[in-house]
Amino acid sequence: MLAKRIIPCLDVKNGMTVKGINFEGLKEVGDAVELGAYYAAEGADELVYLDISATQEERQTFTLLVSRIADRINIPFTIGGGISSLDDASRLLDAGADKISINSAAIADPSLIDRIAARYGSQFCVVAIDARRDGPLPGAGVQPGFEAFGEAGLWHASTHGGRRMTERELFSWAHEAQERGAGEILLTSMDHDGTKAGYPCKLFSQLTGMLDIPVIASGGAGSVKDIADVLTEGCADAALAASIFHYGEIRICELKARLREAGIEVRLQEDRI
Amino acid sequence: MVAIIDYGMGNLRSVENALTRLGAEYVVTADPGTIAGADKVLLPGVGNAAEAMENLRRAGLVELIRGLRKPVLGICVGLQVMCRDSEEGNAVCMNIFDSHVRRFEAAPDAKVPHMGWNTIGNLDGKLFRGMKGGTHVYFVHSYYPSLCSDTIATCRHGNRLFSAALKYENFYGTQFHPEKSGDAGERILANFLAL
Repeated sequence: MLAKRIIPCLDVKNGMTVKGINFEGLKEVGDAVELGAYYAAEGADELVYLDISATQEERQTFTLLVSRIADRINIPFTIGGGISSLDDASRLLDAGADKISINSAAIADPSLIDRIAARYGSQFCVVAIDARRDGPLPGAGVQPGFEAFGEAGLWHASTHGGRRMTERELFSWAHEAQERGAGEILLTSMDHDGTKAGYPCKLFSQLTGMLDIPVIASGGAGSVKDIADVLTEGCADAALAASIFHYGEIRICELKARLREAGIEVRLQEDRI
Repeated sequence: MVAIIDYGMGNLRSVENALTRLGAEYVVTADPGTIAGADKVLLPGVGNAAEAMENLRRAGLVELIRGLRKPVLGICVGLQVMCRDSEEGNAVCMNIFDSHVRRFEAAPDAKVPHMGWNTIGNLDGKLFRGMKGGTHVYFVHSYYPSLCSDTIATCRHGNRLFSAALKYENFYGTQFHPEKSGDAGERILANFLAL
């Protein structure tokens, strides 16, 4: 049976991982390659590295870092952050990334999904959505065909780390991304991210019920129960978290042992070989 | 020396890195002489099976690969092109393994692509030396090789049981990605290198 995946997310700036609360107040927590190798040894199923570089120079450094990650890590990893063209995608593929995740650039030009999927396959193209439940924009309303989701239709995709709302209603946007060739959806609730108050499970179960492709849940994990809930009630295929792992609040091997105790299919250290 | 066949089907970097971590010498090549002279041959591949077959034909490698008598390992689409045929692009393949490649039907408990860590069972032979059934390995694919007499490992996705690995004489294939399957994958690659 396909295992539910546990994915630590590492925000990277200048080769170091950082994690902020609601994307503000960044704090350094360690070397990106070493931390990734540590998580892989602890039983992480995949890694996500987000490039939060601000300058072109930092971006070049980040590409070199991707090569070092690829040399070292023997599990799949996704690269996200600032990817806005097919050239960016090619550069990261050449550096050794298994998948890339695109967000704002896909909203600005959805055909980017088609082009990346056509060139490198759907498995390479993760579409990340930062959703906010700020209510519909004036006149936007619930998208045709998605009336059944009612209140959930109030969720919209945001860009720029959640600071800028768009007119893209979450469910119709996720569906469009799938139809255009996205291999996975990585959904973050910006209202929950960094709060450690749990994932919005109803939102995730609605989204997974609607899509054929896997959904990765992100934003809000504060406990083992939160993660168990989003993988069961929320029906998510994978759970992504950062702070709880970076600050050692939950060790991944411990988390996965407890998830298995709760009857959730996970890959454990002892049955690796 | 291991020859990694470069036939324009996706990135070979992760396979190279895995061999480097295992201390194996390798060369990435499409040159028939180099492939014929190597001790072992790896045929990776990501993407469309019909396109992969077309690329192999155009490079003049189909008969060369079929005629190899050294250990050959196909990975993912590299395995699929070694089967009889594929529903992907209605490709006629190399007919080394007696298996047909078919598309998964999406179901609530079986999303397509089949992506992530799944367990393999019914492990048979030297490729899995030192391993036991129930090991998780990493899969990413929408098409699967059917069960057949060459099956040496099985996997279940939803209600579909398929070949996770195949073997015929000196030819091996894994539908999963050993180069991305952590310690278990490294063990499988090491076993292949030790053949």
